Amino acid sequence: MLEIRNVSLKVKGGSRTNILDHISLRIKPGTLAVITGPNGSGKSTLAEIIMGIKTPTSGKILFNESDITTQSITDRAKAGIAYSFQQPVHLRGIDVYTLLNIASGELITPETATQYLVKVGLDSSYLSREISNKLSGGELKRIEIASVLARRPTLIIFDEPEAGIDLWSINSLVKVFKKLKESGVATIIISHQEKILKLADKIIVLENGKIKQQGTPAKILPKLTGGKDGTN
Amino acid sequence: MELTNEEKQIFCEVAGTFEIPAGAYNFRVNGKSVGRSSTTNIDVRPKKDQSGLDIYIKKGTKNEQVHIPVAISATGLKEAVYNDFYIGDDAEVTIIAGCGIYNCGPSDSVHDGIHRFYVGKNAKIKYIEKHYGFGPGKGGRILNPTTEVNLSQNSEATLELEQIKGVDSTIRKTTAALENDAKLFVKERLMTHGRQTADSIYEVELNGKDSTADIASRSIAQDYSKQTFKATIIGSNKCRGHSECDAILMDQAEVHAIPALDAKTKDAELIHEAAIGKIASVELTKLMTLGLTRAEAESRIINGFLK
Ligand SMILES: Nc1ncnc2c1ncn2[C@@H]1O[C@H](COP(=O)(O)OP(=O)(O)OP(=O)(O)O)[C@@H](O)[C@H]1O
Ligand SMILES: [Mg+2]
Repeated sequence: MLEIRNVSLKVKGGSRTNILDHISLRIKPGTLAVITGPNGSGKSTLAEIIMGIKTPTSGKILFNESDITTQSITDRAKAGIAYSFQQPVHLRGIDVYTLLNIASGELITPETATQYLVKVGLDSSYLSREISNKLSGGELKRIEIASVLARRPTLIIFDEPEAGIDLWSINSLVKVFKKLKESGVATIIISHQEKILKLADKIIVLENGKIKQQGTPAKILPKLTGGKDGTN
Repeated sequence: MELTNEEKQIFCEVAGTFEIPAGAYNFRVNGKSVGRSSTTNIDVRPKKDQSGLDIYIKKGTKNEQVHIPVAISATGLKEAVYNDFYIGDDAEVTIIAGCGIYNCGPSDSVHDGIHRFYVGKNAKIKYIEKHYGFGPGKGGRILNPTTEVNLSQNSEATLELEQIKGVDSTIRKTTAALENDAKLFVKERLMTHGRQTADSIYEVELNGKDSTADIASRSIAQDYSKQTFKATIIGSNKCRGHSECDAILMDQAEVHAIPALDAKTKDAELIHEAAIGKIASVELTKLMTLGLTRAEAESRIINGFLK
Protein backbone atom coordinates (compact mmCIF):
# COMPACT_ATOMS: atom_id res chain seq x y z
CA MET A 1 0.00 0.00 0.00
CA LEU A 2 2.43 2.73 1.19
CA GLU A 3 6.14 2.29 0.83
CA ILE A 4 8.71 4.89 1.78
CA ARG A 5 12.13 4.10 0.32
CA ASN A 6 15.21 5.80 1.68
CA VAL A 7 13.61 9.22 1.95
CA SER A 8 15.79 12.15 3.04
CA LEU A 9 15.14 15.85 3.29
CA LYS A 10 18.09 18.16 3.54
CA VAL A 11 17.86 21.91 4.02
CA LYS A 12 20.51 24.61 3.85
CA GLY A 13 21.35 26.45 7.05
CA GLY A 14 19.45 26.05 10.31
CA SER A 15 20.64 24.10 13.31
CA ARG A 16 20.11 20.76 11.59
CA THR A 17 20.45 20.18 7.89
CA ASN A 18 19.19 16.56 7.77
CA ILE A 19 15.52 17.04 8.60
CA LEU A 20 14.85 13.46 7.51
CA ASP A 21 17.67 10.97 7.12
CA HIS A 22 17.16 7.82 5.07
CA ILE A 23 13.70 6.84 6.23
CA SER A 24 12.24 3.53 4.98
CA LEU A 25 8.81 2.30 5.99
CA ARG A 26 5.95 0.08 4.78
CA ILE A 27 2.31 0.33 5.80
CA LYS A 28 -0.28 -2.26 4.72
CA PRO A 29 -4.07 -1.87 4.51
CA GLY A 30 -5.69 -2.31 7.92
CA THR A 31 -2.46 -1.46 9.70
CA LEU A 32 -2.34 1.20 12.36
CA ALA A 33 1.11 2.70 12.78
CA VAL A 34 1.93 5.31 15.39
CA ILE A 35 4.89 7.63 14.87
CA THR A 36 6.25 9.23 18.00
CA GLY A 37 9.39 11.08 19.03
CA PRO A 38 10.54 14.40 20.45
CA ASN A 39 9.56 17.83 19.11
CA GLY A 40 11.41 18.64 15.95
CA SER A 41 12.31 15.03 15.19
CA GLY A 42 10.70 15.25 11.72
CA LYS A 43 7.31 13.59 12.25
CA SER A 44 5.18 16.27 10.57
CA THR A 45 7.74 16.65 7.82
CA LEU A 46 7.44 12.95 7.00
CA ALA A 47 3.64 13.26 6.88
CA GLU A 48 3.91 16.29 4.59
CA ILE A 49 6.22 14.38 2.28
CA ILE A 50 3.71 11.53 2.03
CA MET A 51 0.92 14.02 1.24
CA GLY A 52 3.08 15.88 -1.31
CA ILE A 53 3.21 19.17 0.61
CA LYS A 54 7.00 18.83 0.81
CA THR A 55 9.32 17.16 -1.66
CA PRO A 56 12.14 14.93 -0.45
CA THR A 57 15.68 15.64 -1.62
CA SER A 58 16.17 11.94 -2.27
CA GLY A 59 14.27 8.67 -1.99
CA LYS A 60 10.95 7.44 -3.30
CA ILE A 61 7.34 7.22 -2.18
CA LEU A 62 5.20 4.41 -3.58
CA PHE A 63 1.46 4.14 -3.17
CA ASN A 64 -0.37 1.06 -4.38
CA GLU A 65 2.81 0.02 -6.21
CA SER A 66 3.13 3.22 -8.24
CA ASP A 67 5.76 5.89 -7.73
CA ILE A 68 4.08 9.07 -6.50
CA THR A 69 7.23 10.96 -5.47
CA THR A 70 6.58 13.76 -7.95
CA GLN A 71 2.78 13.68 -7.89
CA SER A 72 0.82 16.80 -6.84
CA ILE A 73 -1.06 17.09 -3.57
CA THR A 74 -4.35 17.07 -5.48
CA ASP A 75 -3.54 13.84 -7.34
CA ARG A 76 -2.47 12.11 -4.14
CA ALA A 77 -5.67 13.23 -2.44
CA LYS A 78 -7.68 11.85 -5.37
CA ALA A 79 -5.73 8.58 -5.17
CA GLY A 80 -6.95 8.11 -1.59
CA ILE A 81 -4.39 9.72 0.71
CA ALA A 82 -5.60 12.11 3.41
CA TYR A 83 -3.75 14.17 6.01
CA SER A 84 -5.15 15.80 9.10
CA PHE A 85 -2.94 18.83 9.83
CA GLN A 86 -1.19 19.32 13.16
CA GLN A 87 -2.15 23.00 13.04
CA PRO A 88 -5.70 23.41 11.71
CA VAL A 89 -5.95 26.05 9.00
CA HIS A 90 -8.38 28.99 9.10
CA LEU A 91 -10.45 29.08 5.92
CA ARG A 92 -12.09 32.50 5.84
CA GLY A 93 -15.46 32.48 4.15
CA ILE A 94 -15.82 28.69 4.21
CA ASP A 95 -18.27 27.16 6.65
CA VAL A 96 -18.09 23.67 8.11
CA TYR A 97 -20.82 22.29 5.86
CA THR A 98 -19.07 23.59 2.74
CA LEU A 99 -15.76 22.15 3.93
CA LEU A 100 -17.31 18.72 4.46
CA ASN A 101 -18.88 18.92 1.01
CA ILE A 102 -15.53 19.75 -0.56
CA ALA A 103 -13.91 16.93 1.40
CA SER A 104 -16.55 14.42 0.31
CA GLY A 105 -16.00 15.34 -3.32
CA GLU A 106 -19.77 15.36 -3.86
CA LEU A 107 -22.88 17.04 -2.52
CA ILE A 108 -23.79 15.59 0.84
CA THR A 109 -26.86 16.26 2.95
CA PRO A 110 -26.59 18.13 6.25
CA GLU A 111 -27.44 14.82 7.95
CA THR A 112 -24.48 13.05 6.37
CA ALA A 113 -22.21 15.99 7.20
CA THR A 114 -23.42 15.86 10.79
CA GLN A 115 -22.42 12.19 11.03
CA TYR A 116 -18.78 13.20 10.49
CA LEU A 117 -19.09 15.89 13.15
CA VAL A 118 -20.59 13.47 15.66
CA LYS A 119 -17.55 11.21 15.24
CA VAL A 120 -15.37 14.00 16.58
CA GLY A 121 -17.77 14.97 19.36
CA LEU A 122 -19.47 17.94 17.62
CA ASP A 123 -23.05 18.40 16.41
CA SER A 124 -25.09 19.95 13.61
CA SER A 125 -24.96 23.40 15.21
CA TYR A 126 -21.42 23.69 13.78
CA LEU A 127 -22.46 23.26 10.13
CA SER A 128 -22.96 26.96 9.52
CA ARG A 129 -19.90 28.13 11.46
CA GLU A 130 -17.10 29.73 9.50
CA ILE A 131 -13.69 28.10 9.86
CA SER A 132 -12.11 31.14 11.43
CA ASN A 133 -10.65 32.32 14.69
CA LYS A 134 -14.20 32.55 16.03
CA LEU A 135 -13.92 28.81 16.71
CA SER A 136 -11.78 27.57 19.60
CA GLY A 137 -8.55 25.67 19.01
CA GLY A 138 -10.12 22.37 20.06
CA GLU A 139 -13.15 22.93 17.83
CA LEU A 140 -10.93 23.71 14.84
CA LYS A 141 -8.90 20.58 15.50
CA ARG A 142 -12.03 18.40 15.59
CA ILE A 143 -13.34 19.92 12.38
CA GLU A 144 -9.93 19.27 10.81
CA ILE A 145 -10.23 15.61 11.76
CA ALA A 146 -13.84 15.44 10.51
CA SER A 147 -12.71 16.84 7.15
CA VAL A 148 -10.32 13.95 6.52
CA LEU A 149 -12.85 11.36 7.69
CA ALA A 150 -15.27 12.78 5.10
CA ARG A 151 -12.78 11.91 2.37
CA ARG A 152 -13.15 8.20 3.08
CA PRO A 153 -9.49 7.66 2.16
CA THR A 154 -7.55 4.41 2.02
CA LEU A 155 -4.48 5.90 3.67
CA ILE A 156 -5.00 8.44 6.42
CA ILE A 157 -2.44 10.35 8.47
CA PHE A 158 -3.42 12.11 11.69
CA ASP A 159 -0.88 14.60 13.02
CA GLU A 160 -1.24 14.77 16.81
CA PRO A 161 -5.03 14.32 16.83
CA GLU A 162 -5.03 14.57 20.62
CA ALA A 163 -3.68 18.14 20.67
CA GLY A 164 -6.19 20.50 22.26
CA ILE A 165 -8.79 17.75 22.63
CA ASP A 166 -10.24 16.82 25.99
CA LEU A 167 -10.01 13.32 27.43
CA TRP A 168 -13.64 12.40 26.81
CA SER A 169 -13.24 13.16 23.11
CA ILE A 170 -9.94 11.29 22.92
CA ASN A 171 -11.83 8.18 23.98
CA SER A 172 -14.30 8.65 21.17
CA LEU A 173 -11.43 9.30 18.74
CA VAL A 174 -9.88 6.01 19.80
CA LYS A 175 -13.11 4.34 18.67
CA VAL A 176 -12.86 6.11 15.32
CA PHE A 177 -9.29 4.86 14.86
CA LYS A 178 -10.29 1.29 15.69
CA LYS A 179 -13.14 1.42 13.16
CA LEU A 180 -10.81 2.73 10.45
CA LYS A 181 -8.45 -0.14 11.07
CA GLU A 182 -11.30 -2.67 11.01
CA SER A 183 -12.49 -1.35 7.69
CA GLY A 184 -9.06 -1.90 6.17
CA VAL A 185 -7.81 1.69 6.06
CA ALA A 186 -4.05 2.13 6.46
CA THR A 187 -3.69 4.57 9.35
CA ILE A 188 -0.67 6.55 10.50
CA ILE A 189 -1.07 8.52 13.69
CA ILE A 190 1.57 10.93 14.92
CA SER A 191 1.06 10.99 18.65
CA HIS A 192 2.51 11.23 22.13
CA GLN A 193 -0.66 9.97 23.80
CA GLU A 194 -0.44 6.62 25.56
CA LYS A 195 -4.02 5.60 24.74
CA ILE A 196 -3.20 5.99 21.06
CA LEU A 197 0.24 4.37 21.28
CA LYS A 198 -1.43 1.28 22.76
CA LEU A 199 -3.66 0.92 19.67
CA ALA A 200 -0.69 0.55 17.37
CA ASP A 201 0.24 -2.52 15.40
CA LYS A 202 3.60 -0.85 15.09
CA ILE A 203 5.23 2.08 16.87
CA ILE A 204 7.93 4.03 15.06
CA VAL A 205 10.19 6.27 17.10
CA LEU A 206 11.77 9.15 15.21
CA GLU A 207 14.71 11.11 16.57
CA ASN A 208 16.75 13.70 14.72
CA GLY A 209 15.18 12.69 11.44
CA LYS A 210 16.07 9.01 11.84
CA ILE A 211 14.06 5.97 12.81
CA LYS A 212 15.51 5.19 16.22
CA GLN A 213 13.45 2.09 16.89
CA GLN A 214 10.28 0.37 15.77
CA GLY A 215 8.15 -2.53 16.93
CA THR A 216 4.99 -3.54 18.75
CA PRO A 217 3.68 -1.54 21.73
CA ALA A 218 4.74 -4.42 24.00
CA LYS A 219 8.30 -4.00 22.82
CA ILE A 220 8.48 -0.20 22.50
CA LEU A 221 6.23 1.21 25.23
CA PRO A 222 8.32 0.08 28.21
CA LYS A 223 11.33 1.85 26.71
CA LEU A 224 9.37 5.09 26.20
CA THR A 225 7.79 5.44 29.63
CA GLY A 226 10.17 7.17 31.95
CA GLY A 227 12.15 8.45 28.97
CA LYS A 228 11.64 11.89 27.44
CA ASP A 229 9.35 10.52 24.72
CA GLY A 230 5.85 9.30 25.27
CA THR A 231 5.26 11.39 28.35
CA ASN A 232 2.28 13.63 27.86
CA MET B 1 -42.09 46.75 -18.78
CA GLU B 2 -40.28 46.65 -22.12
CA LEU B 3 -36.68 45.72 -21.41
CA THR B 4 -33.68 44.78 -23.53
CA ASN B 5 -31.77 41.62 -22.66
CA GLU B 6 -28.98 43.68 -21.09
CA GLU B 7 -31.47 45.55 -18.93
CA LYS B 8 -33.04 42.27 -17.85
CA GLN B 9 -29.59 40.96 -16.95
CA ILE B 10 -28.93 44.05 -14.84
CA PHE B 11 -32.20 43.75 -12.92
CA CYS B 12 -31.56 40.05 -12.32
CA GLU B 13 -28.11 40.81 -10.90
CA VAL B 14 -29.05 43.76 -8.72
CA ALA B 15 -32.65 43.04 -7.75
CA GLY B 16 -32.93 39.29 -8.29
CA THR B 17 -35.70 39.70 -10.88
CA PHE B 18 -36.81 41.64 -13.95
CA GLU B 19 -40.44 40.80 -13.30
CA ILE B 20 -42.79 43.07 -11.38
CA PRO B 21 -42.04 42.33 -7.72
CA ALA B 22 -44.53 42.11 -4.88
CA GLY B 23 -44.94 45.34 -2.91
CA ALA B 24 -43.96 48.86 -3.83
CA TYR B 25 -41.42 49.47 -6.58
CA ASN B 26 -39.84 51.81 -9.05
CA PHE B 27 -37.76 50.52 -11.96
CA ARG B 28 -35.55 53.15 -13.55
CA VAL B 29 -33.99 52.69 -16.98
CA ASN B 30 -31.76 55.29 -18.67
CA GLY B 31 -33.00 58.12 -16.50
CA LYS B 32 -36.72 57.35 -16.70
CA SER B 33 -39.15 55.38 -14.59
CA VAL B 34 -40.43 52.39 -16.57
CA GLY B 35 -42.70 51.08 -13.86
CA ARG B 36 -43.82 52.35 -10.49
CA SER B 37 -46.29 51.25 -7.88
CA SER B 38 -47.22 52.18 -4.33
CA THR B 39 -49.03 50.09 -1.74
CA THR B 40 -51.38 51.01 1.08
CA ASN B 41 -48.44 51.42 3.43
CA ILE B 42 -45.68 52.50 1.11
CA ASP B 43 -45.99 55.59 -1.04
CA VAL B 44 -43.46 55.98 -3.86
CA ARG B 45 -43.54 59.51 -5.28
CA PRO B 46 -41.32 61.10 -7.91
CA LYS B 47 -39.61 64.27 -6.72
CA LYS B 48 -40.85 67.51 -8.28
CA ASP B 49 -37.69 69.61 -8.20
CA GLN B 50 -35.01 67.03 -8.93
CA SER B 51 -34.49 63.54 -10.21
CA GLY B 52 -35.42 60.84 -7.72
CA LEU B 53 -38.08 59.62 -5.34
CA ASP B 54 -39.64 60.38 -1.99
CA ILE B 55 -40.65 57.17 -0.33
CA TYR B 56 -42.98 57.26 2.65
CA ILE B 57 -43.38 54.19 4.78
CA LYS B 58 -46.30 54.32 7.17
CA LYS B 59 -45.93 53.85 10.89
CA GLY B 60 -46.10 50.23 11.96
CA THR B 61 -45.75 48.75 8.44
CA LYS B 62 -44.52 45.15 8.80
CA ASN B 63 -42.80 42.71 6.45
CA GLU B 64 -43.02 44.82 3.32
CA GLN B 65 -40.50 45.34 0.54
CA VAL B 66 -39.60 48.18 -1.78
CA HIS B 67 -37.66 47.53 -4.98
CA ILE B 68 -35.98 50.52 -6.61
CA PRO B 69 -33.37 49.15 -9.02
CA VAL B 70 -31.67 51.24 -11.68
CA ALA B 71 -30.35 50.19 -15.08
CA ILE B 72 -28.25 52.19 -17.50
CA SER B 73 -27.74 50.72 -20.94
CA ALA B 74 -26.99 53.94 -22.86
CA THR B 75 -23.36 54.92 -23.28
CA GLY B 76 -22.41 58.40 -22.04
CA LEU B 77 -25.41 58.79 -19.74
CA LYS B 78 -24.61 60.71 -16.57
CA GLU B 79 -27.18 61.08 -13.83
CA ALA B 80 -27.54 62.02 -10.19
CA VAL B 81 -30.56 60.56 -8.43
CA TYR B 82 -31.83 61.62 -5.02
CA ASN B 83 -33.97 59.15 -3.13
CA ASP B 84 -35.30 60.00 0.32
CA PHE B 85 -36.88 57.44 2.61
CA TYR B 86 -39.16 58.45 5.46
CA ILE B 87 -39.70 55.42 7.64
CA GLY B 88 -42.46 55.73 10.23
CA ASP B 89 -42.10 54.62 13.84
CA ASP B 90 -42.19 50.86 14.49
CA ALA B 91 -42.10 50.00 10.77
CA GLU B 92 -40.09 47.03 9.47
CA VAL B 93 -39.14 47.07 5.80
CA THR B 94 -36.63 45.73 3.34
CA ILE B 95 -35.41 48.05 0.62
CA ILE B 96 -33.78 46.53 -2.45
CA ALA B 97 -31.86 49.11 -4.43
CA GLY B 98 -28.85 48.66 -6.66
CA CYS B 99 -27.65 49.79 -10.03
CA GLY B 100 -26.13 48.19 -13.06
CA ILE B 101 -24.48 49.75 -16.08
CA TYR B 102 -24.16 48.15 -19.51
CA ASN B 103 -21.79 50.20 -21.58
CA CYS B 104 -21.22 49.28 -25.22
CA GLY B 105 -19.90 52.66 -26.36
CA PRO B 106 -16.92 54.99 -26.03
CA SER B 107 -18.22 57.43 -23.36
CA ASP B 108 -18.37 57.05 -19.61
CA SER B 109 -21.73 56.25 -18.03
CA VAL B 110 -22.15 57.54 -14.51
CA HIS B 111 -24.77 57.01 -11.84
CA ASP B 112 -24.55 58.99 -8.61
CA GLY B 113 -27.18 57.65 -6.24
CA ILE B 114 -27.84 59.70 -3.14
CA HIS B 115 -29.97 57.86 -0.63
CA ARG B 116 -31.14 59.44 2.60
CA PHE B 117 -32.94 57.52 5.30
CA TYR B 118 -34.93 59.00 8.14
CA VAL B 119 -35.68 56.02 10.34
CA GLY B 120 -38.39 56.54 12.96
CA LYS B 121 -38.40 55.34 16.54
CA ASN B 122 -38.18 51.54 17.02
CA ALA B 123 -38.26 51.05 13.24
CA LYS B 124 -36.10 48.47 11.52
CA ILE B 125 -34.82 48.61 7.98
CA LYS B 126 -32.75 46.34 5.83
CA TYR B 127 -31.19 48.01 2.84
CA ILE B 128 -29.69 45.83 0.10
CA GLU B 129 -27.63 47.53 -2.59
CA LYS B 130 -25.82 45.69 -5.35
CA HIS B 131 -23.67 47.29 -7.99
CA TYR B 132 -22.71 45.68 -11.23
CA GLY B 133 -21.29 46.55 -14.62
CA PHE B 134 -20.60 44.87 -17.94
CA GLY B 135 -20.43 45.55 -21.66
CA PRO B 136 -17.81 45.68 -24.40
CA GLY B 137 -17.52 49.48 -24.69
CA LYS B 138 -14.40 51.48 -23.87
CA GLY B 139 -16.50 53.92 -21.85
CA GLY B 140 -16.23 53.70 -18.08
CA ARG B 141 -18.91 52.23 -15.82
CA ILE B 142 -18.92 54.55 -12.86
CA LEU B 143 -21.09 54.32 -9.75
CA ASN B 144 -20.90 56.70 -6.82
CA PRO B 145 -23.37 55.86 -4.08
CA THR B 146 -23.90 58.16 -1.13
CA THR B 147 -25.91 56.74 1.73
CA GLU B 148 -26.99 58.82 4.66
CA VAL B 149 -28.74 57.10 7.56
CA ASN B 150 -30.44 58.96 10.38
CA LEU B 151 -31.47 56.59 13.13
CA SER B 152 -33.97 57.71 15.78
CA GLN B 153 -34.21 56.24 19.21
CA ASN B 154 -34.07 52.42 19.37
CA SER B 155 -34.23 52.04 15.59
CA GLU B 156 -32.08 49.67 13.60
CA ALA B 157 -30.56 49.66 10.11
CA THR B 158 -28.78 46.79 8.39
CA LEU B 159 -26.98 47.77 5.20
CA GLU B 160 -25.78 45.09 2.80
CA LEU B 161 -23.62 46.76 0.20
CA GLU B 162 -22.12 44.74 -2.58
CA GLN B 163 -20.05 45.49 -5.64
CA ILE B 164 -18.94 42.30 -7.26
CA LYS B 165 -18.10 42.92 -10.86
CA GLY B 166 -17.49 45.31 -13.65
CA VAL B 167 -17.59 48.70 -11.94
CA ASP B 168 -14.59 50.70 -13.16
CA SER B 169 -14.61 53.43 -10.62
CA THR B 170 -16.56 54.00 -7.45
CA ILE B 171 -16.57 56.38 -4.55
CA ARG B 172 -18.87 55.04 -1.87
CA LYS B 173 -19.79 57.35 0.98
CA THR B 174 -21.81 56.13 3.89
CA THR B 175 -22.66 58.36 6.82
CA ALA B 176 -24.83 57.61 9.80
CA ALA B 177 -26.00 59.44 12.91
CA LEU B 178 -27.43 57.40 15.76
CA GLU B 179 -29.65 58.44 18.65
CA ASN B 180 -30.16 56.58 21.94
CA ASP B 181 -30.21 52.76 21.64
CA ALA B 182 -30.04 52.88 17.84
CA LYS B 183 -28.14 50.16 16.01
CA LEU B 184 -26.31 50.13 12.71
CA PHE B 185 -24.93 47.03 10.98
CA VAL B 186 -23.04 47.26 7.74
CA LYS B 187 -21.88 44.35 5.64
CA GLU B 188 -19.86 45.46 2.64
CA ARG B 189 -18.49 43.20 -0.10
CA LEU B 190 -16.21 44.60 -2.77
CA MET B 191 -14.31 43.08 -5.61
CA THR B 192 -12.16 45.00 -8.04
CA HIS B 193 -10.16 43.81 -11.02
CA GLY B 194 -8.38 45.19 -14.08
CA ARG B 195 -7.48 48.81 -13.40
CA GLN B 196 -10.57 49.55 -11.34
CA THR B 197 -10.55 51.84 -8.33
CA ALA B 198 -12.86 51.76 -5.35
CA ASP B 199 -12.98 54.11 -2.38
CA SER B 200 -15.24 53.27 0.49
CA ILE B 201 -15.65 55.94 3.11
CA TYR B 202 -17.66 55.66 6.30
CA GLU B 203 -18.43 58.25 8.88
CA VAL B 204 -20.56 57.11 11.77
CA GLU B 205 -21.59 59.33 14.65
CA LEU B 206 -22.65 57.53 17.78
CA ASN B 207 -24.44 60.40 19.45
CA GLY B 208 -27.01 58.51 21.51
CA LYS B 209 -26.53 56.65 24.75
CA ASP B 210 -26.07 52.91 24.17
CA SER B 211 -26.00 53.28 20.41
CA THR B 212 -23.97 50.64 18.55
CA ALA B 213 -22.38 50.36 15.13
CA ASP B 214 -20.74 47.38 13.49
CA ILE B 215 -19.12 47.83 10.08
CA ALA B 216 -17.70 44.72 8.42
CA SER B 217 -16.04 45.16 5.06
CA ARG B 218 -14.56 42.33 3.05
CA SER B 219 -12.87 42.90 -0.24
CA ILE B 220 -10.78 41.30 -2.91
CA ALA B 221 -8.46 43.34 -5.08
CA GLN B 222 -7.17 41.66 -8.23
CA ASP B 223 -4.92 42.60 -11.15
CA TYR B 224 -3.87 46.28 -10.98
CA SER B 225 -6.90 47.53 -9.07
CA LYS B 226 -6.73 49.90 -6.12
CA GLN B 227 -8.99 50.16 -3.10
CA THR B 228 -9.20 52.55 -0.18
CA PHE B 229 -11.21 51.84 2.92
CA LYS B 230 -11.65 54.67 5.37
CA ALA B 231 -13.87 54.27 8.39
CA THR B 232 -14.35 56.93 11.00
CA ILE B 233 -16.40 56.22 14.08
CA ILE B 234 -17.13 59.08 16.42
CA GLY B 235 -18.36 58.21 19.89
CA SER B 236 -19.76 61.10 21.85
CA ASN B 237 -21.77 59.14 24.40
CA LYS B 238 -21.74 55.78 26.11
CA CYS B 239 -21.68 53.63 22.97
CA ARG B 240 -20.00 50.75 21.15
CA GLY B 241 -18.47 50.94 17.72
CA HIS B 242 -16.61 48.30 15.75
CA SER B 243 -15.21 48.42 12.25
CA GLU B 244 -13.42 45.66 10.46
CA CYS B 245 -11.69 45.62 7.10
CA ASP B 246 -10.56 42.27 5.79
CA ALA B 247 -8.98 42.29 2.35
CA ILE B 248 -7.43 39.71 0.06
CA LEU B 249 -4.77 41.08 -2.24
CA MET B 250 -3.89 39.41 -5.51
CA ASP B 251 -1.58 40.12 -8.43
CA GLN B 252 -0.38 43.77 -8.42
CA ALA B 253 -3.37 45.22 -6.59
CA GLU B 254 -3.22 47.68 -3.70
CA VAL B 255 -5.44 48.18 -0.68
CA HIS B 256 -5.22 51.08 1.74
CA ALA B 257 -7.10 50.88 5.03
CA ILE B 258 -7.37 54.04 7.08
CA PRO B 259 -9.15 53.57 10.37
CA ALA B 260 -10.12 56.50 12.53
CA LEU B 261 -11.67 56.27 15.95
CA ASP B 262 -12.74 59.41 17.66
CA ALA B 263 -13.83 58.89 21.26
CA LYS B 264 -15.14 62.03 22.87
CA THR B 265 -15.94 60.41 26.20
CA LYS B 266 -14.36 57.62 28.23
CA ASP B 267 -17.61 55.63 27.97
CA ALA B 268 -17.20 55.21 24.24
CA GLU B 269 -15.85 51.76 23.34
CA LEU B 270 -14.46 51.82 19.85
CA ILE B 271 -12.54 49.08 18.04
CA HIS B 272 -11.04 48.86 14.60
CA GLU B 273 -9.55 45.77 13.00
CA ALA B 274 -7.88 45.56 9.64
CA ALA B 275 -6.25 42.60 7.97
CA ILE B 276 -4.85 42.80 4.45
CA GLY B 277 -2.93 40.04 2.76
CA LYS B 278 -2.76 37.50 0.02
CA ILE B 279 -4.57 34.18 0.24
CA ALA B 280 -2.47 32.23 2.71
CA SER B 281 -0.68 29.34 1.02
CA VAL B 282 -1.75 27.02 3.86
CA GLU B 283 -5.38 27.74 2.97
CA LEU B 284 -4.72 26.56 -0.59
CA THR B 285 -2.67 23.59 0.59
CA LYS B 286 -5.42 22.46 2.94
CA LEU B 287 -8.03 22.57 0.17
CA MET B 288 -5.71 20.73 -2.22
CA THR B 289 -5.33 17.92 0.33
CA LEU B 290 -9.12 17.64 0.06
CA GLY B 291 -8.81 17.01 -3.68
CA LEU B 292 -9.18 20.48 -5.20
CA THR B 293 -6.72 21.80 -7.77
CA ARG B 294 -4.92 25.05 -6.90
CA ALA B 295 -7.23 27.04 -9.19
CA GLU B 296 -10.34 25.43 -7.71
CA ALA B 297 -9.06 26.11 -4.20
CA GLU B 298 -8.42 29.76 -5.06
CA SER B 299 -11.90 30.32 -6.48
CA ARG B 300 -13.50 28.56 -3.49
CA ILE B 301 -11.76 30.95 -1.13
CA ILE B 302 -12.64 34.02 -3.20
CA ASN B 303 -16.30 33.06 -3.55
CA GLY B 304 -16.63 32.11 0.09
CA PHE B 305 -14.92 35.26 1.23
CA LEU B 306 -17.38 37.52 -0.59
CA LYS B 307 -20.50 35.65 0.49
N1 LIG C 1 11.92 24.71 5.63
C1 LIG C 1 12.65 24.37 6.71
N2 LIG C 1 13.91 24.87 6.85
C2 LIG C 1 14.66 24.54 7.93
N3 LIG C 1 14.22 23.74 8.89
C3 LIG C 1 12.99 23.22 8.81
C4 LIG C 1 12.14 23.50 7.73
N4 LIG C 1 10.98 22.88 7.91
C5 LIG C 1 11.10 22.20 9.08
N5 LIG C 1 12.31 22.41 9.61
C6 LIG C 1 12.84 21.80 10.85
O1 LIG C 1 12.67 20.42 10.71
C7 LIG C 1 12.57 19.82 11.97
C8 LIG C 1 11.42 18.85 11.98
O2 LIG C 1 10.18 19.56 12.02
P1 LIG C 1 8.80 18.80 12.16
O3 LIG C 1 7.74 19.82 12.15
O4 LIG C 1 8.73 17.73 11.17
O5 LIG C 1 8.94 18.18 13.64
P2 LIG C 1 7.88 17.34 14.48
O6 LIG C 1 8.54 16.07 14.81
O7 LIG C 1 6.60 17.27 13.79
O8 LIG C 1 7.79 18.24 15.79
P3 LIG C 1 6.54 18.51 16.78
O9 LIG C 1 6.47 17.36 17.73
O10 LIG C 1 6.93 19.76 17.48
O11 LIG C 1 5.33 18.67 15.94
C9 LIG C 1 12.46 20.95 12.98
O12 LIG C 1 13.71 21.11 13.62
C10 LIG C 1 12.14 22.14 12.11
O13 LIG C 1 12.64 23.31 12.69
MG1 LIG D 1 4.75 18.04 14.15
